[in-house]
Amino acid sequence: MAGTIKPRDSKELRQAVEWALADNVTLDVRGQGSKLALGKPMHCDQVLDLSAIAGIVDYAPEELVVTLRAGTPLRDVEALLAQRNQMLAFEPPDLGPLLGQEAGRGTLVGAVMGNLAGSRRVSAGAARDHLLGFSGVNGRGEAFKSGGRVMKNVTGYDLSKLLAGSWGTLAVLDEVSIKVLPAPDQTRTLFLFGLADDAAVQAMCLAMGSPHDVSGAAHVDGRTALRLEGVAPSVEARLKGLRELLATSGAKMEELGTLESRAFWREVRDVAPLAAAPDAVVWKISCPPTEGPGIVSRIRALRPATEAFYDWSGGLIWLALPASADADHATVRGALGAAGGHATLIRAPEAVRASVPVFHPQPAALAGLARRVKESFDPKRLFNPGRMG
Amino acid sequence: MQMPPLDPAILARRSEIVAALRAIVPGEGVIDETDGMRPYECDALSAYRQMPLVVVLPETVAQVSSILRYCQDNKVKVVPRGAGTSLSGGAMPVGDAILLGLGKFNRVLEIDYANRCVRVQPGVTNLGISAAVEHEGFYYAPDPSSQIACSIGGNVAENSGGVHCLKYGLTTNNLLGIEMVLLGGEVVRLGGKHLDSEGYDLMGLMTGSEGLLGVVTEVTVRLLRKPSTARAMLLGFPTEAGAADCVAAVIASGIIPAGMEMMDKDAVKCAEAYVSAGYPMDVEGLLIVELDGPQVEVDHLVARVEEIAKARGATTCRVSRDEQERVLFWAGRKAAFPAVGQITPDYMCLDGSVPRGRLVEVLAEMRKMSKTYGLRVVNVFHAGDGNLHPLILFDANDPSELRRAEEFGADILRLCVRVGGVLTGEHGVGIEKRDLMGEQFTEIDLDQQMRVKCAFDPDHLLNPGKVFPKLRRCAELGRVVVHHNKLPFPDIPRF
Repeated sequence: MAGTIKPRDSKELRQAVEWALADNVTLDVRGQGSKLALGKPMHCDQVLDLSAIAGIVDYAPEELVVTLRAGTPLRDVEALLAQRNQMLAFEPPDLGPLLGQEAGRGTLVGAVMGNLAGSRRVSAGAARDHLLGFSGVNGRGEAFKSGGRVMKNVTGYDLSKLLAGSWGTLAVLDEVSIKVLPAPDQTRTLFLFGLADDAAVQAMCLAMGSPHDVSGAAHVDGRTALRLEGVAPSVEARLKGLRELLATSGAKMEELGTLESRAFWREVRDVAPLAAAPDAVVWKISCPPTEGPGIVSRIRALRPATEAFYDWSGGLIWLALPASADADHATVRGALGAAGGHATLIRAPEAVRASVPVFHPQPAALAGLARRVKESFDPKRLFNPGRMG
Repeated sequence: MQMPPLDPAILARRSEIVAALRAIVPGEGVIDETDGMRPYECDALSAYRQMPLVVVLPETVAQVSSILRYCQDNKVKVVPRGAGTSLSGGAMPVGDAILLGLGKFNRVLEIDYANRCVRVQPGVTNLGISAAVEHEGFYYAPDPSSQIACSIGGNVAENSGGVHCLKYGLTTNNLLGIEMVLLGGEVVRLGGKHLDSEGYDLMGLMTGSEGLLGVVTEVTVRLLRKPSTARAMLLGFPTEAGAADCVAAVIASGIIPAGMEMMDKDAVKCAEAYVSAGYPMDVEGLLIVELDGPQVEVDHLVARVEEIAKARGATTCRVSRDEQERVLFWAGRKAAFPAVGQITPDYMCLDGSVPRGRLVEVLAEMRKMSKTYGLRVVNVFHAGDGNLHPLILFDANDPSELRRAEEFGADILRLCVRVGGVLTGEHGVGIEKRDLMGEQFTEIDLDQQMRVKCAFDPDHLLNPGKVFPKLRRCAELGRVVVHHNKLPFPDIPRF
């Protein structure tokens, strides 16, 4: 059993990495460990626990930026922003229940490390689009920073983009600055009932391409949901416009009010529709929206028991397949074919994740580039070795 | 501006290099005559000029690949160039480097309305993308002032912004995919019509990398549906501080306008004399605020912004009545730089970004510096996101004025960094801010960036002399230095 080292500030963090470097100690870098079951299984010498480097450093609502330490719980940040009617526009999901943990855990930096995003990804971007800057320690034990706290910044390489989605394999962050946005006054949802997958995606794409500012488009359990957010008169007008636009679909329509809408989109965000069957393997596919239904039907042709729902206007597919030794990775990835996109294995038993590629395999030239980028930050592969395969 | 010393061995091999390029790109695609190369001797930072070794204008990805493989194999430097509109010298030639122009990559390859994206070659202009989809009610959101001329490939290299990025984001937030050629000639595709990366976000890294990492040969960007209504407001204030306060108050109230620009008194005067936009002449600070969306939303927000502005002492508040007037309100802002050019032999345009809350202080400090240096400064900028564009007026024929202007500019950028801002918000580092990088970054910060550069270009062949104040050899940067501490952290909690 690996020991745990728990630095209390940036200086101790840097010392810990220096020591790991000197003694060739691999580090399992984690905040609260809420997403440990995601990624390739690791066998590290030590756990580097960042939960003690926590707290808000600065929150300036009129600047639309919050600066916080790596161990700060996501829930605390969301509560703080809510007091000033602001939000994390990328809607970081709570994958706890899906991954067999309790709800409400996890750090904001953990969500950034996975570049996670909820339904608003299609209109507001992912974590990558909201990480303005950071400071941290690289695999040479050097404290460094990149980016800043301002909205517009092209000074030097945008390393924030690399760090978002790196699953802790490039550097250990101790502080981040995150862009925040005003929370909408109202949230309404228009449901269309009974559309088949391809008709649903067609309707969602039509809605996304309309001037009605749709901020979420999901198709779950025969319900096609379109989210509208903003000030009341605007939401009302756009709801009316959307109904008219989609009348030709012939689908029965229904509206949800603000509170029910928020609950519904939270469930979509947290992949609640697939969390119920704990033994199923769960995949996440990112694809061009119009390719979504084809991909799902190709998988279902081989694995009829597949459960699926769509977010991001069809561009995000969540899949649950019956448990199997290889998570049906060849079937799932094969279904993408020439459509473009990638499939990530989100939930599977440790033995399965150890034997199949969790992250979508890259062509050799790209894989080589990614390896050299990794080495440029962490030449001795101290941080989360092997987690991304 | 000091550029790396020219390599005499490369200069001596010029005819051999030209011949090699001719073998790759036949006909008029290789330019080695002085007159023919003249149009490429500078970009929009025209104070600095340098003839390239040779200009090559490939037409196919295979040719770009062969050129970069040749450069890698023969250790020849190469400077990529789009439309040459960089304001920071990003596309300025290097005397011992091939200039690789992508102007012939000018085709729109695919328009996909259902997936709301368009796939184009990198030489297509920014405005050309919107023009290709306008008839269907769509557009491409980032709108740098040079959008009529600048190329989308250059936008990717510089992570270009524009007036509307306050609400709709920069290039990086609107980019879906690229194809690029690595030094050595490998062609890779990043992203596509889908979202996010399966591994490290190399496309995000490429965006804004100023042509130092690879050569982009295809670009896929997100299209947006045009908002049904857009209205612009002119808000005039008796003080600059009043205008700046209003900017912060609008954002704090939860409104993100499509654009929120500020002009100082001199900028207003110049612009008005130049295009007669109907600007109020009795104000110290003028805001142009654009709100877009459904009609009811725009009406609602216009009323709220008006209320906020009046509470902050606005003496002018005009709302565009129709599209023609909206365009007119913007015409003055868009022509502000050339308008200022009418009253001065030369001007230098800066690009620092600061926290919105420090705008008042920074503007006041700039006025003081203006007195110290004996040079006028005019301000026209993206107030909504704190991105300043101070214009320093000077006469380049007077060497002492040029030197003072450069020092004044550097002082303004130092001020930006000191108040928590950055050297450049959207124009890029290039050669212009290269030597100021140390104001914002430590040597370790810069070394980390250079190591990333080494992962793509181990011999520093791509766009050399840009961004980094001093180059270190990749082999030297790659060494791992281990500090053997005995018991380095006896107090850190362990379990």
